[in-house]
Amino acid sequence: MANVHLAGIKKHFDGVKAVDGIDLEIGDGEFLVLLGPSGSGKTTLMRLVAGLEKPTGGQIIIDGQTVNDLPPRDRGIAMVFQSYALYPHKTVFGNISFPLTVEGMPREDIRKKVEWAAGLLGIGHLLDRLPSRISGGERQRVAIARALVRRPKVLLMDEPLSNLDAKVRHTAREELKLFQREINVTTIYVTHDQAEAMGLGDRIAVMHEGTVRQVGSPYSIYNDPQNMFVAGFVGIPPMNFMEQDGVILGFRPEALLPAEALPDKDCMRLKLLVERVEDLGSHRLVYGTIGKAKVIANHSFRLNLKEGDEHEFAVCSQELRRFDPKTGERIRP
Amino acid sequence: MKKFFSKTYFYGALSMFIIFSAGPFYIMLITMFKKSHDLFNPLNNPFWLNEGPTLEHLDLLFNQTLYVRFLLNTVLVGIAVVVITVLLAVPAAISLARLAGRWGENVGIGIFLTYLVPPTLLFIPLSRIVSFLGLQNSLWSLVLVYPTFTVPFCTWLLMSFFKSIPKDIEEQALVDGCSRVGAMARVLLPLSVPGIITVVVFSFTLVAHEYIYALSFIQDSAKKTIGIGMTTELVRGDVFYWGALMGGALIASIPVALLYTLFLDRIISGMSMGAAKR
Repeated sequence: MANVHLAGIKKHFDGVKAVDGIDLEIGDGEFLVLLGPSGSGKTTLMRLVAGLEKPTGGQIIIDGQTVNDLPPRDRGIAMVFQSYALYPHKTVFGNISFPLTVEGMPREDIRKKVEWAAGLLGIGHLLDRLPSRISGGERQRVAIARALVRRPKVLLMDEPLSNLDAKVRHTAREELKLFQREINVTTIYVTHDQAEAMGLGDRIAVMHEGTVRQVGSPYSIYNDPQNMFVAGFVGIPPMNFMEQDGVILGFRPEALLPAEALPDKDCMRLKLLVERVEDLGSHRLVYGTIGKAKVIANHSFRLNLKEGDEHEFAVCSQELRRFDPKTGERIRP
Repeated sequence: MKKFFSKTYFYGALSMFIIFSAGPFYIMLITMFKKSHDLFNPLNNPFWLNEGPTLEHLDLLFNQTLYVRFLLNTVLVGIAVVVITVLLAVPAAISLARLAGRWGENVGIGIFLTYLVPPTLLFIPLSRIVSFLGLQNSLWSLVLVYPTFTVPFCTWLLMSFFKSIPKDIEEQALVDGCSRVGAMARVLLPLSVPGIITVVVFSFTLVAHEYIYALSFIQDSAKKTIGIGMTTELVRGDVFYWGALMGGALIASIPVALLYTLFLDRIISGMSMGAAKR
């Protein structure tokens, strides 16, 4: 366990600024998710922490020690790659024990530690198999067991759930959170999947074009976005934006409700021209326009809306977020 | 009926293939034991021992030429060339496949191009080098010269092989506590055994059947390799000692055939490795 401090980290590849001056503090035992679209620099940032890339500038400090010039093996980190990167020529036991074998640990201790890690992840019965003979979910567990067996100070995970099918992914997510709590290891987790980020992270750092646009709890990222990028990137469907009186108003689709549901006076009433309705069973998505702005409403009322209908919708004022149209930054009252 | 035809077709094709590939070996085997009179009589069945077997050709081969010496020379040069090739080609291929990026690819193609220059042209400048180093008429000249074509080809072959091993696995080894060299030895090399076996077998066979360089650089009978030794010692003027030639060729090809059979699966996976991702 350790805290990680990133100070002004930069990484440029042939003039392309993959990571452009990031300051981030990750606490002891914290689960931090790096969330961003592809190409936002999140994987590069993780590789910098791992020592697989050398930073162009800035400092990486793990547990009080600057590790910029240390090779990956001396940083006390472990990493789970997106592809799991299991050694195909070694059995599950051989894979999990590999970091310990390299360390030169006595055979008996290795066996105990491997059994502990395999037990934690419920793969004790697979130890004799080769990676090609186990399922995707099991491979992911082997990769995590191999990462944990050395009791790393920091655990790095690069989209470890993205190769699993949807059903397995959901259970894997729950388990991941549970065992991270159990062994309390500082974790940095990269993903582009916001449901994963919201579900797993103690805090989320939203990245865009090599910079961190906002760091905060899942709740604050969703409800209190600092800029239009975060507001538009987080949330499915994304936040609605419309310009009014020189500012951009943002509101979540679930805040845009049929007017009859919000008799309250403190709500802004809007005429919505319906373009399309998607009935998703538990709720309905109404796609349409308010003035020139394209918006989506997400509600669970039984309204018989059709294409071409005009219906009055409303947003309550506490649901409105104001943004500067030039900078995209939040305007706070 | 349809089944009958498809079976006939299958076994027909198979027999053609067997005759085509095993035929030469059968001719070699039978000629080796055929009396010369039998061999040169056009009325005799060429595929059978019409006048009974003889060991006179083997006697000529083993007792009146330096055949065993040729074999030994070939094995010695072969082993030396294989060792040099593996030692040079493996690290070269790893660095070109991994560290140099786009630049590495172009250098790789450049290296392969040198393999395409025919030895019939190259032996002229190479003979200057060999004589400058004072290696004429020595097996060392071949040990020096053969890697000039085995190393480029094998580097290129291994390069595509190493590229097919995901980079993640190597980086995982770095994270798991290995140094770069450690990751190479513990992870990359075990995974590339099929490629390395291909390289070993390939370089050894090249050495065994190489002709031009051996002919130009070696004059002493006792220093000849099999390819050149047989054809210079058993073809005297316009007299071909067919029985001994065939026997010598057959005996020399047995170890290579065994080598291929033993490692066939691995060689095939080595050859096709770069073609498709796993």
